[in-house]
Amino acid sequence: MTIYNLRMDISYEFARPSGAGRQHFRILPASLPGRQRVLGSTVTLQPEPGELGHFTDFFGTAVVEAAIPAGLTRLDLSLEAQVERLAPIATPDLSANPGQLAAELAAIRMIGPGSPLHFLQPSRRIPQVEAISRFAAGALQPHPGTSTRALIERLGLMLHDYMGFEAGVTDAATPPAQAFAAKRGVCQDFAQIMVGGLRSLGVPAAYVAGYLRTQPPPGQPRLVGADAMHAWVRAWGGEFAGWIDYDPTNACFPGADHIDVGMGRDYGDVAPVTGMLRLDGLQEGRHSVDITEAE
Amino acid sequence: MNGDPSCPAEPEPRHDFGLAEYRALPGIPDELIGKDGIGKNGQVRPLWQPLLDHLGAMSSTDLNRAIDRADLYLRDSGVIYRQYGTTGSQDSTADSGSDSVERPWPLSHLPVLIDESDWTRLSAALIQRADVLEALMADLYGPNRMVAEGHLPASLLAENPQWLRPMVGITPRLGHYLHFVAFEIGRGPDGQWWVLADRTEAPSGAGYALETRVATTRAFGPQLLGQNLFGQQVHRLAGFFRDFRDHLLAMRHDPGALVAILTPGPWNETWYEQAWLARYLGISLVQGEDLTVENGRIMLRTVSGLQPIDVLWRRLDGSFADPLELDPDSRLGTPGLVSVLRQGGLSMVNPPGSGVLETRAMMAFLPRLAPLLTGEKLALPNIATWWCGGEAERAAVMAAPEQMILSPALGTGLPYDRQDSPLAAASLSPAALREKLLRESGTLVAQEAVTLSTTPALVGGKITPRPMSLRVYLARTAQGWKVMQGGFARIGASNDPAALAMQRGGAAADVWIISPGNVSGETLMNPRPGDNTARSDELPARAADNLFWLGRYVERTEAMVRLLRARHGRISESGDSSLPLLAEVNALLARTGIDPDAPVPEELLANIGRAVSSAAQLRDRFSADGWAALKDLDKSARRMAGQVWEGSDAAQALSALLRKLAGFSGLVHENMYRLVGWRFLTLGRMQERALSMAGWLAALADPDADPGGIEMCIELGDSVMTYRRRFAMSGGRGPVIDLLALDPQNPRSIRHQVDGMMEMARTLPGASQDGRLAAPARAILRLQTDLATLTPEALDSAMLISLQARLGEVSDLVSERYFR
Repeated sequence: MTIYNLRMDISYEFARPSGAGRQHFRILPASLPGRQRVLGSTVTLQPEPGELGHFTDFFGTAVVEAAIPAGLTRLDLSLEAQVERLAPIATPDLSANPGQLAAELAAIRMIGPGSPLHFLQPSRRIPQVEAISRFAAGALQPHPGTSTRALIERLGLMLHDYMGFEAGVTDAATPPAQAFAAKRGVCQDFAQIMVGGLRSLGVPAAYVAGYLRTQPPPGQPRLVGADAMHAWVRAWGGEFAGWIDYDPTNACFPGADHIDVGMGRDYGDVAPVTGMLRLDGLQEGRHSVDITEAE
Repeated sequence: MNGDPSCPAEPEPRHDFGLAEYRALPGIPDELIGKDGIGKNGQVRPLWQPLLDHLGAMSSTDLNRAIDRADLYLRDSGVIYRQYGTTGSQDSTADSGSDSVERPWPLSHLPVLIDESDWTRLSAALIQRADVLEALMADLYGPNRMVAEGHLPASLLAENPQWLRPMVGITPRLGHYLHFVAFEIGRGPDGQWWVLADRTEAPSGAGYALETRVATTRAFGPQLLGQNLFGQQVHRLAGFFRDFRDHLLAMRHDPGALVAILTPGPWNETWYEQAWLARYLGISLVQGEDLTVENGRIMLRTVSGLQPIDVLWRRLDGSFADPLELDPDSRLGTPGLVSVLRQGGLSMVNPPGSGVLETRAMMAFLPRLAPLLTGEKLALPNIATWWCGGEAERAAVMAAPEQMILSPALGTGLPYDRQDSPLAAASLSPAALREKLLRESGTLVAQEAVTLSTTPALVGGKITPRPMSLRVYLARTAQGWKVMQGGFARIGASNDPAALAMQRGGAAADVWIISPGNVSGETLMNPRPGDNTARSDELPARAADNLFWLGRYVERTEAMVRLLRARHGRISESGDSSLPLLAEVNALLARTGIDPDAPVPEELLANIGRAVSSAAQLRDRFSADGWAALKDLDKSARRMAGQVWEGSDAAQALSALLRKLAGFSGLVHENMYRLVGWRFLTLGRMQERALSMAGWLAALADPDADPGGIEMCIELGDSVMTYRRRFAMSGGRGPVIDLLALDPQNPRSIRHQVDGMMEMARTLPGASQDGRLAAPARAILRLQTDLATLTPEALDSAMLISLQARLGEVSDLVSERYFR
């Protein structure tokens, strides 16, 4: 069990006074029984918004809703939260054979937020891409007929080898096909490509947004602000195994370093900022995340 | 025909409209000729006899006149729908109608007659179906028991673009989801009615049904609407609209709030109808961009500030209603609308997501769901449908492919529509069909091929059997669901059911529910005591903007026409197009983008086009006559272009245009109610008129200009007679400037315009606060004061040009204050 102090700051500067607008922020850590508990959180907007509200969206993500008054030249948003995160307990691989998933899915009578059926089809930002499907089919090759979890891991490792992590090449609006063709991108691109690949193999896959505590190199002090908003993949391994998280950017099964915000069909469902202001290509804005272990 | 004693009319022979040859098609029930299931074999059903007698007594001339009366009504009222081109339908990103054209409403003149007792049974069954759909909607956006218990496949929701996840868990504040639905129904081969499609998303056509009724009554109802027709009583439609309007008003929580129709805008297929309904019901017509969200409520941006809206009748696709939570690419929506629904700050008819009930595959399950949802079996069957995700269903398709049509499970098109590319199962080999069923499985449905009953339609003056389906409307009222006593029938252009679609040449006919007794004669226009009255006098900022610019474009057109006419007049008088004065006129024309050499220049047509576009946005507050006059002007100008020559020919044509313009202005000026909207229109006209005059005087009355310019100014200012009367002896620049710029009594002078603008500005909302004038009125007042104190000598060309700039600033201030 680890307790984190999480702080995120986003600031926008406007060349001209902005018009009024309505914004949604999906930045609050989630409460997930058995994995993650929010001990406290505060969102502050400067200047104060005309209205500030909260609701939970279809997929269970907490949304902060704010009405931004007209005429601003600068807006600062900050989040402070304390989160308890439990490292997952290693479990035996109970996931189904990928070939059995279709039959299991056909029997599902659940359409709530956790239903894998939401995550099987292409979505607005993750359309079917032939090149990605072909690439993903390669994960079936060496050991066909093993478990879905093994398939997830193989595809994740393949993608991690294939793609280079590079910030600034892509932005939040870059389609997976383009990042895949460029072989470069950030966590969002890795995650969306892997989600698309898994879906093409018949494995339901969701896009997860959250935070990541990046480990400092041994012997060096941890850098403030080096932590970032992060994204990874949640795939469905059948009735017994349920959901399995995988982080293709770091080629690992997420542990205590990952902090969940929410999941959706793609980035669009869990984008941290939607509305007039966006986080894409923040030319006139700054964005920093700082995660420390509580003393 | 009669009444002229000097010329005794020889009675024209009766027209043979083909009754003797009329035969029902083999194996297909017909509305007119009795067959098993409808009436007695081979006999005309008594229901039709009075109408047939009426037709039988007509001569060819009578019949043509009757048809012309109906068509004339539709044309004069401007009843149109918009036909899309090949590349798609309502598009969230399309903000121009380049891919669509306006079409007159295609009327099939003979009504479809239905017996009241049949209709009563049908109505009860449709009400039951509406209740089933309401219960299903509540389940799909609530507990989802039907899926959880295995009665409905989960994939029909998970993969369905019509199932809007953000709406899950939002319960309507008044308890009911559905308030306005329609059913497309037809008679099957056995003569029984069945449902072809459910329309729950944003059913269109109720307004067209009423216009169709009026047009048909013009043709075949010599008496007025709703009165005794040929010894029978036809049920009226007005009561349905009145009850629904009362229901919309009663749905308000805040009696001071507005009720409005939410429209996708003028490029929508049925925009005409939406504007018409708003006018008819006396409620506002708003677009997504007119609305904003404030403290959990939807607010309308009006010229007098934000006004709350409590009830929205949605005619916009649900997924476009809120770019923040629904389709992020929508440019037609209002950010925060879903949030308002979540907080219970608005009632919406129907809420976004109601389109999920239209999913074709739902029809496969509805017969089984109905008893689970409401405890009753469906009283009216829908078209037999098999969802191919089930093995038994696939086997059923394999067993009888010759009767099956395959189409997408999640499609919502009508069965005879080709929008979802239906495919006859029998067109595939058994192996290919089996392969397709397995591969596409749950994404596919099979439906029994539609055969529809026929009804007589007039084709070349003879009655001919044509397939038909009916659209029936149900509205929730204080007394529960109410069924419109009529609707409209689609009549096929040929015997192919696909030809029912209007986009494929189908037409619409009126539906008469024939009663043996008396029917109520109420109209919407005479509210009963205690009737709720709607508030629709709030002028949306966008509408004010359009009115202002309509005024400006029309006036600018007039200025262009006057200047062009003066030019061609000079050419025809002198036969010389190289006069020095004309060079100055040409320069003036060129400054407004006009090619002086073209008799009807492109820019003039473009300007008229802009006026038409502005007016098109205002159909809900414009009389049909005003609109027709403007369209006529547009058409005439286009016809003239390329057909007239320089000189007297062009001058004559331009004079004709000027008279048409005067006709339009007169209609607007004489007939428009003096509300805020009229003030914006007038403000725009006056401002533009002052601008033109200042420009003319600066260029043509300048001391350095050609001496003929002075006379031309007088002509342009339509002030020849006044000038002669007042200044018979004198001449020169001074008197002309006095008359055309400074004289408050001359309706063409700059001073007169500015005085009028001041009067308008003083009476606009929020024109003054605590005795201080708002910015537009302040700027106009300064102009007025200057004009009042200037002498003709002091008003030189430079000052006229600065006057133009100041008039432009007034326009900016008005926009800033009222149109944002």
